[in-house]
Order: sequence, then C-alpha cells, then structure tokens
Amino acid sequence: MKEPDNDLMVEVKNLKMYFPITRGLLKRKVADVKAVDDISFYIKKHETLGLVGESGCGKTTTGRCILRLYQPTSGNIIFAGKDISNMREGKLKPLRSNMGAIFQDPFGSLNPRQIAGSIVGDPLKVHDMATGSELDDRVAELFQMVGLDPTMKDRVPHEFSGGQRQRIGVARALACRPSLVICDEPISALDVSIQAQIINLLEELQEKMGLTYLFIAHDLAVVQHISERVAVMYLGRIVEITTSEELYENPLHPYTKALFSAIPIPNPKIEKTRTHIVLKGEVPSPVNPPTGCHFHPRCHMAVEECSRERPPLRDIGGGHLVACIRV
Amino acid sequence: MSVVLDVENLKTYFHTEYGLVKAVDGVSFHINQGEIIGLVGESGCGKSVSILSVMQLIQSPGEIVDGKIMFEGQDLLQYEANGPQMRATRGRKMTMIFQEPMTSLNPVITICRQMTEILELHLDMDRHTARERAIELLRMVGVPDAASRIDDYPHQFSGGMRQRVMIAMAISCNPMIIFADEPTTAVDVTTQAQLLELMKDLVTRINTSLVIVTHNLGVVARYAQRIYVMYAGRIVESGPAEDIFDNPQHPYTIGLLDSVPRLGEKHGSKKLIPIYGLPPNLINMPPTCAFLPRCTYKTEKCEKEPWPALRSTGDNHYISCYVDVRGKQ
Repeated sequence: MKEPDNDLMVEVKNLKMYFPITRGLLKRKVADVKAVDDISFYIKKHETLGLVGESGCGKTTTGRCILRLYQPTSGNIIFAGKDISNMREGKLKPLRSNMGAIFQDPFGSLNPRQIAGSIVGDPLKVHDMATGSELDDRVAELFQMVGLDPTMKDRVPHEFSGGQRQRIGVARALACRPSLVICDEPISALDVSIQAQIINLLEELQEKMGLTYLFIAHDLAVVQHISERVAVMYLGRIVEITTSEELYENPLHPYTKALFSAIPIPNPKIEKTRTHIVLKGEVPSPVNPPTGCHFHPRCHMAVEECSRERPPLRDIGGGHLVACIRV
Repeated sequence: MSVVLDVENLKTYFHTEYGLVKAVDGVSFHINQGEIIGLVGESGCGKSVSILSVMQLIQSPGEIVDGKIMFEGQDLLQYEANGPQMRATRGRKMTMIFQEPMTSLNPVITICRQMTEILELHLDMDRHTARERAIELLRMVGVPDAASRIDDYPHQFSGGMRQRVMIAMAISCNPMIIFADEPTTAVDVTTQAQLLELMKDLVTRINTSLVIVTHNLGVVARYAQRIYVMYAGRIVESGPAEDIFDNPQHPYTIGLLDSVPRLGEKHGSKKLIPIYGLPPNLINMPPTCAFLPRCTYKTEKCEKEPWPALRSTGDNHYISCYVDVRGKQ
C-alpha cells in the first residue's frame, strides 16, 4: 500500500455500510439495507467537501462512518494518516478529540436538562483537556467565538432560539480544537434569515482555525456556496464528484442535472426561461435497489446496458469524476 | 380578472398565559380568479394563521378579533365557524393542502374512505360513484395503479405520494381557491419539483386560484404571479412576482433575498449578507416597525412613528416602510 498522502485529512476507500434486516425470534438476517454501497473519496486538509443528495441516499451514514459511530461493513477510512476503520474504542478515543460533529436538529441534539456551559465543556472533560477555571475560561472563549454571550452559559437549551442553539452545537463541536468537523445538515432546521448567519459563522471559523469540513446537506445551492468540491450521492453511491464551479457549469450525470433543475431559483426571469427536468417516479428502496446503475429506471438517457453493470466512477479530466456510461 | 377573495384588515390574536400574541395584525390581501399567489415569510410571521383564519379554523386561545373576509359577495366572518354556511364553503369552495401529509391524513382509515367522505358530503355522490371519482382523481395526480392503491392506508404511501393524495382531496370538489400551506417542505427537492409542477397544471386545468404559503423564495419565484411578504403578523411588501425579485423595496425583503445562496455563485466569491438579530417575540410588541431592530436602513423617523401603513411605490407594488431604499443599496 502506498504511503498516505500528507495533504489528505480523510480518505475513504470502498466504504460499505449495510444494515441487516432481521426477522423472527432468532433474528435471522433476511436482507440488507445498503445505506452506503462501495464509495471512495478523499477530503484535503482545510477543504470543505460538500455531500449532497436526497433523504435516504446515505449521506448521513457516510458522515457517521467517518466519525466511527458505525462500524463499517467493509472498506477503509483513513483519518489523518491512520486507518481507523477497524480501530478499537480505546485507541480511537484520542483521535475522536480531533473530530467534531454538528447535527441537524438543534432541538434534539442538545440535552434539554443540561446547561449550555456544560454542554460545551463536556468534550473537554471527556478528553481531559481542561479542568477548573481553565475549563470555564475555555468555555467562555468558545461562547464568544460562536457569537454567544458567555453570561448565558447557565441557561438550558429551551431558553435559546434555534439559531443560538445551533451556535451552541458549533461551540461543542469545536471545543477540543478538532481538525475535521462533520456538519450534518447544520442549517436545514433554521429559518431563512438565520441560515446565512450560521453559514457565515462556519466560514469564518474555518478560516480562523484552518478547519476541514464535510458538509452534508440536501440543498445544492447551500452546498455549492460553502464547498470547494461537491460529491453527489444517489441511493448509497457517489454518482459525481468535482469542484463546485465545474459541477454547476458542467454537470454531467443525469441525476445531478435533474437535481439542479429541481431547485427553484429566487429569480422569476431565470425561472421562466430555463428548462425543468422533472424526474419520473420516486427513489427506489435501498433494500432492493435496481440492477446496474441505480438511477437507470428514472433516467431519460438510459439504454439497456445501464441496467446490467454498475458504472464505475471514472475521471473524465481535471478531477471531474462521474459514474455514467452515457457521458 | 375578477376578485375571488378579498381579505381586509384581518386581525387574529391568541390569548396566551404570557400575554396577547398578535399573530395576524391587520392583514389585507386579495386573490384573483385563476391566480397563483405566494405568501412568504419565516416561521411565526403569521402566514399560516392568516389562511387558517380565512378558513375559520382558528381554535381557542386564538380568536379572529377584526376584519372582513369577502367571498362570493358575503363576509365569511358573519358566519358561525361551525355553522352550515361555513361548512358548505370549507372543503368545498375553499380547500387546503397541509404541510405534513402524514399527520393530516387519518392513519387508520383507508385513502378511499377519506376521499369519498368529501365527495359524499359535498357533492351528494353515492358510495359507488364517489369511489369511481376518487380513483379518477388519484390518476389525475399521478398515483400509479390508482384502482388498487385506493384501498391502502396512508402509511403504505411514500411522502410524495401522500402529498399527491392530499392534492387529489383538495381538488376533488373543484374549489375556487386552494390554500397550500408549505406543501413541499417535508419532501425532497426532486419530489418538490414534481408536486409543484402537478399543482400548477391542475390549477390551470380546473381554473382555480392557488395560494402557496412558503418560506422558500425560489418556490414562489417559479410559480407565483403575485407575492405578499409577511413579517411579525403584517404584510410588509406586496407586488407582482418579477417586480418583488427585481426591485425589492422593503428592507426585510431585500435582506431575505441577500441572505440566500444562489446557484452558480463561485465558491468564496461572495459572502452572504445575513439579517442580523432575531425575529421579534410577538408578545408586547412596541408600536414602532417590528423590523426596526434588525433594519440597516432605519432613520430617526422610524424610531418615533408607529408601524407605517402600506404605501404604493409604483405599479401594484406596496411597501410598509418610511424609507425609500432605492439608490441606497
């Protein structure tokens, strides 16, 4: 195996995450939910990789595998040069302080009975990084960093607004000075006028602290705004991955095209002139996905061959990878 | 174009234990025949309460305290909320599509029964005709294999399909107005595109008016002809869709449009301009403009004078603001 590339924060190789469906008293396995089905990608240091797709496409599962909240079925996850895919809990713990996570629901992801200061300070205690007055100082510093008043640290989550709660989530994720932060739909639950505040905060913090982000979201416009590179997922597989600009100017996979066209643009003039691709049918079940290319039953470009073999993710030049035989 | 619904100075207040919440505070709007209207605003701005008030679906502690809702030459507020006239209007001439199709469909009754109930009640159909009509309606909204799926329960349908059922129910009596309250917020983008296209086609086909209530500016840009922007219980800007997006004049609308990322902007080329601060708490609101604490265009006059009334700034374009922002942006 070649030496790990030093520019890479995370490298994911042939990652599979299957969840068994069991039945009966003996929990006999009857099928698998192929949440993530053989994907490979990397995230460079100080970069933001956007992961976009519709619900159930496996984007959250991918994020959780990288955090090793799940034990992957197979494949490798190389984090900061170390293969963590089969690492034991004990060895994993020091590495975990180097990873942070921001979750979608700022209501569900904060303990309603815990005060904000302790929510933010807990990771520091777990990793023995600060105690006593040092801990208090660090918590106050974190509050300020995310734009919260440190005097509010004794309040419980319900006393904060949605945007402020998400700021607490950001502060908690950054408590141990991680180098990688997994942002799992961090703004989807927020109001439009608040979303921009959180996006800007994330961008500022990245600049200040040299963070690497995996930014998971379903909103292509937001993902494109914040990410250098974007990976598009469909039913457990990556169908296209390239830089944000290239993805917008030259989307190649028919699913990416449909996704772009489905997003309404807040400008009636553009909206009235551009063509809309409306996909047929719905996303199939990941228990029993279509053969060959998962997208072929809904694809307007599909030919017979598409239903036979899984199209490989191939480079068509300049690091633009696409999994479609018709491109 | 004739006016189908004319709402004047509608006020709906909620008497809560913390104080009086003026959820809708003097809202006026009208809907023309065959028109698609967008009612835009953030959560808690009173957009849902406005349309629930028109349907008279406000429950205690809420109360419609003032206003006129003119529909077919009659003021609907003169009718009892559960009286025969209102019941003949609601669900028949005015229908509603709710945000979360799983909670608005009854989980223990088949789709068939939920659909035929409306047809039997409002159109006096017998069971057999109603069932046939329900199947036809499901076909119209693109439910595959409608004849066999009609006996399924809501949980057997996917989110997008459930919302199609809701749409089928909403159009079943050929209503004059359909209110869609965040119809696509709970579904994915590609499903959203399918549903919105479907609704637009149906509206043209049965020649009804559609009010889309949403926080998504993109959705209204694509489909609405006219837009009302709400903030803290009032309409702050209204006008033809193109005009609102090309030439927004209320600081809140300008802020909203600046704060959403656009497709195709280069990464790192432009910072988003957020609206600072938070939407106000609707209890004990000061008499001044509710947007004042977040406004970047405010003047001395704004601090002293009460919330400004809507004023015309051109062709059917109205704003509730003292400041003329043109040239200041």
